[in-house]
Amino acid sequence: MTDIHIDLQGVLGDFSIEAAFAAPTSGVTAIFGPSGCGKTSILRAVAGLNSSLTGLIQIGEEIWQDAASYTPPHKRAVGYVFQEASLFPHLSVIKNIGYGMKRSKKSHLSPNLDELTQLLGISDLLDRMPNNLSGGEKQRVAIARALLSSPEILLMDEPMAALGQDNKNEILPYLEKLHKHLKIPIFYVTHDMQEVERLADHLILMENGKVRAYGKPADLISDPSLPFQKRSGAAAILDGVIRGYDPQYDLTTIEVAGTPLIVPGNIDAIETTKRLRIKASDVGLSLTQTSEGMSYLNNPLATIISIETINPAQEMVKLQLGKAEENTYLLAAITRKSAEQMGLQPGQTVSTLIKSISFMGH
Amino acid sequence: MLETVFLTLKLAFVTTIILMFIGTPVAWWLARSKSNWKEIVGTLVALPLVLPPTVLGFYLLVILSPTSPIGAFLTTVFGKSLPFTFEGLVVGSVIYSLPFVVQPVRNAFEAIGDRPLEVAATLRASPLDRFFSVAIPLARPGLLTGAVLAFAHTMGEFGVILMIGGNIPGETKVLSVAIYDYVETLQWGKAHILAAGMLVFSFVVILTMTIIERRMRKRLQ
Repeated sequence: MTDIHIDLQGVLGDFSIEAAFAAPTSGVTAIFGPSGCGKTSILRAVAGLNSSLTGLIQIGEEIWQDAASYTPPHKRAVGYVFQEASLFPHLSVIKNIGYGMKRSKKSHLSPNLDELTQLLGISDLLDRMPNNLSGGEKQRVAIARALLSSPEILLMDEPMAALGQDNKNEILPYLEKLHKHLKIPIFYVTHDMQEVERLADHLILMENGKVRAYGKPADLISDPSLPFQKRSGAAAILDGVIRGYDPQYDLTTIEVAGTPLIVPGNIDAIETTKRLRIKASDVGLSLTQTSEGMSYLNNPLATIISIETINPAQEMVKLQLGKAEENTYLLAAITRKSAEQMGLQPGQTVSTLIKSISFMGH
Repeated sequence: MLETVFLTLKLAFVTTIILMFIGTPVAWWLARSKSNWKEIVGTLVALPLVLPPTVLGFYLLVILSPTSPIGAFLTTVFGKSLPFTFEGLVVGSVIYSLPFVVQPVRNAFEAIGDRPLEVAATLRASPLDRFFSVAIPLARPGLLTGAVLAFAHTMGEFGVILMIGGNIPGETKVLSVAIYDYVETLQWGKAHILAAGMLVFSFVVILTMTIIERRMRKRLQ
């Protein structure tokens, strides 16, 4: 299948939008950037709600907008989840969901009503009116409503930004479940790095109306030329597969780019894919390649790719884990003093000392 | 006297129905359009609010008379000259009460905002479909207000009717004209009955409308 191609230009307030990127037709593509950088304008343009942007919108084989044509919004097979749930206040939950269902063409991609309401945990709410629902429940109904309109792409505009932290924690697991379940691509606009790390398969970084970079989240997050590493709490994102469990010590082995890593607890079944997050501040570097006399269980070898100064005291070291073609990176935040005393250089192979590894929901 | 009451109710009823069909699309256009003409049209619609009814009635009399082009056309459509007929009263009442429908309905449409209509568009509803399935139900309190105001305002109409309708029993003699008549001919008792009836009617209408509207709004929150 052809990919998604977006190439839009236009003026938004003080700055111009020039956004060109390609995205795969499956998985979650996160559009990430600070508030007011034009993310939402792009998403609205894809849905046909912002006709002030001109250019190309191609979803797979369908062209929704180009120089010669403009498909009106109701003829675009999108599912749109707005920041506020925006349920129709005059319709019950089931009628809100039915509104899109009865107006859309069924396709083989259409999810099943019972299955989806079950998955989103709203089966018991169907007869309620929207004003009797909590914020998190409303947003789940809005997601079901969008998905049951048989969209070819799901557009989500900061679906959790208007929710409190409790409601966020309530919705994230549902989004992760959906992500596994759905066969359609999802564009997910957010300015929350945590959501990117947990959900994104593909990342588009926007700044002042322009696409700064796009690609795999792990690549972008570890790219020293991009602003991710300057953040406090910078972290590397890695995908791994569970290979074994040691009941004697209650430890799980997970393989990342051919390298086994050990984490406490019985994480999940063997062969399950997991997304790992390793904070740069939890990684140390050593020139001696030994694990003897150390409490660190994980000290795989890695090759230094770049060293960037992030502040007068600290350097951010990007390292390649495993073979070069695997594109698996670690980040280590170390003092400039250590970097100088150790004589660290790009190309050098060192031992990493990984203090802790956390899991994203995937 | 009953004939007069019945004629007045019939006029108010017919006028209200016609006004809902004309006023709602006008209000929708005024609420949604970005055209520069919008405020001009809005002002024209609002004119009957400030014009003395006799001025409005005078122009209507001129325009509806068979000697004017519009009047000539309407005369062929209705098969008779409109001034001093029930149909003429309906035309006058519709224009006179138009702002009482357009204003609350326009406010109700504007209060909906873009979002519900955008949501409906992303759920494959065409513009016409969005109007009927989202805009109309959400504007229900405003539509009710508009209809009640149009009805009540037409019930109490006097100046315009006197100018274009005169005082023909069973055809154009409505309540307000009848009260005037009774007072002129010193039939105070009959004037009292009709006046008190109008007073009670107006009170009940406004009270009922306020209660129903509040319930509707609560449901739509």
